[in-house]
Amino acid sequence: MKTRYSFGGDEHIFAEIDETMSLQAFFKSLSMTSAVRESRIAGVTEICPANASFQIKFDPDKISPADMLAELTRLESAADKSASVIKTRIIEIPVLYNDPWTHETLMRFRERHQDPTATDLEYAARVNNLGTVDNFVKAHSGAPWFVSMVGFVAGLPFLYQMVERQRQIEAPKYLRPRTDTPKLTVGHGGCFGCIYSVRGAGGYQMFGITPMPIYDPSQSISYLRDAMCLFNPGDIVKWKPITREAYDQAVADVEAGKFAPLMRDVTFSLDEFQQDIDGYNRKLDGVLHGH
Amino acid sequence: MAIKILKPGLSTTVQDLGRPGYYHLGIPLSGAMDRFALSCANLLVGNEEGAAALECTFMGPELEFTADATVAVTGAELPAKLNGTLQPGWTSFGVKKGDVLAFDFLKKGARAYVAVSGGVAVPLVLGSRSTYTLGALGGHQGRKLEAGDVLPVGEARGAKAGRAVAEDCRRGPSQQAELRAIPGLYWHRVTEPSGRHFFEDSWKVAPEADRIGYRFRGGRPLDFVPRTPPFGAGSDPSNIVDACYPYGSIQVPGGSEPIVLHRDAVSGGGYMMVGTVISADMDLIGQLQPHTATRFVEVDMPAALAARHDRENLLNKVRAALG
Repeated sequence: MKTRYSFGGDEHIFAEIDETMSLQAFFKSLSMTSAVRESRIAGVTEICPANASFQIKFDPDKISPADMLAELTRLESAADKSASVIKTRIIEIPVLYNDPWTHETLMRFRERHQDPTATDLEYAARVNNLGTVDNFVKAHSGAPWFVSMVGFVAGLPFLYQMVERQRQIEAPKYLRPRTDTPKLTVGHGGCFGCIYSVRGAGGYQMFGITPMPIYDPSQSISYLRDAMCLFNPGDIVKWKPITREAYDQAVADVEAGKFAPLMRDVTFSLDEFQQDIDGYNRKLDGVLHGH
Repeated sequence: MAIKILKPGLSTTVQDLGRPGYYHLGIPLSGAMDRFALSCANLLVGNEEGAAALECTFMGPELEFTADATVAVTGAELPAKLNGTLQPGWTSFGVKKGDVLAFDFLKKGARAYVAVSGGVAVPLVLGSRSTYTLGALGGHQGRKLEAGDVLPVGEARGAKAGRAVAEDCRRGPSQQAELRAIPGLYWHRVTEPSGRHFFEDSWKVAPEADRIGYRFRGGRPLDFVPRTPPFGAGSDPSNIVDACYPYGSIQVPGGSEPIVLHRDAVSGGGYMMVGTVISADMDLIGQLQPHTATRFVEVDMPAALAARHDRENLLNKVRAALG
């Protein structure tokens, strides 16, 4: 992995860690952006980690583009030596798979899909050789996911599943994007999962919906009062399949201000994870459920 | 003091100089598309340059003032009429309690800025009063204005009527737009002849042009350098592993129609970008109407920085004259 730097006009530096998505590239993006944040370089206005790249916005009246680039290359050699250990959170997100709202929407846009005769779940199960929708849901919710980027629109997490590449779920985006996606749809495009934070256009396959808001511009939902966006890059997400009854209860709890997401602090080591992926994920599950 | 919205116009929003620091969460800068015009409007009425004002797109609103104030309209040539009497643009004028400000049809440009002494005093959200409609954030209830809305106005400080921005300091749109851009980002993904065509061809602003981005049509499609799709990127040759998008970056989905991201940019996604419009020309994009003929002009970093300084020097002249 050799980082490729390119100026985005006179106010941005774009750094591509790798053309290919991997946890190593994502971790390097995280450690580089943390290093930039900690070094408090005058003139830096935005620090944006992404899946396998990152971007810095700066004020060229305060730091010249050449000096900004020199700072980043200096920080890169330090980031290369740093251990891939992060302090983060693991958050359980309840999902009603195959819900009526995404189902209604996907039927409405069927002519824009690769397979107009199947649902998005049936299609994704087939192209990933998982046989049945049940098996697909097991694979999707069985191992946790990293929030590898937040963006597109406010608070939307891109998620990358913490499994070997051969077990990664892959599904193309719709042939033509939809003009509508229900708020809080759990989606998937390429190798990335996502949660649509707001209602709107979208091209990802739709698998289900969560009752748990993740973006609240009014900052009235209890757990979003301090930060209107739930997710930060580096958070770990574990899906929990739920029934329609549990979904309705959770929606009512959110409205009553009683919903408390299951969320725990955790230290993650990339090296230990890679030595025993399934074992490490079981340990993470243990942290989440307090044993 | 307040402003009553009698008619909202086509798309009128509260904007200031934006909300930096949250792009990593997908919350864009927002703020005036034409920042130069917003600064001038505020200077004319004695406000801080970054005070909140109204950004009126294509068609003006109809406003009633509940107290005496000083007002200025800059940016697009959208003739302002106070109780039916035409008022000059880029010039401050007094309004009395109960006066109604309306607008004639747009003559030139796309966005006019209406500043009022004291500034529009909607609540600060994450440090800014700008409206980000996609995220229902900031401004007046996170949305464009509607008839019946009432906007609070802050305390005025020594505003005078009859002050004007000198003619040679007004930045405005021209018939043929030239947007200077630095090639880069995923420029290496397009073939050498395609890269040449991109800057040679004449483009036209498409009807899909808003605060998120401006789409362009009419140039030759881009050819891509062949590759094996990298894992996670997607199969289309214009796909990349989803990455952050710079403001002003020029993405070309499928190689056909370039989109320049603007103040309400989507913060990232999976399309390659061929380069970025320089900061000095971003204001100009906000004044382009659909169908305006446009060329992209290749520049390097020193030229971009020189243009940035020229813009700043022009604003300094306005500051010196009105400050």
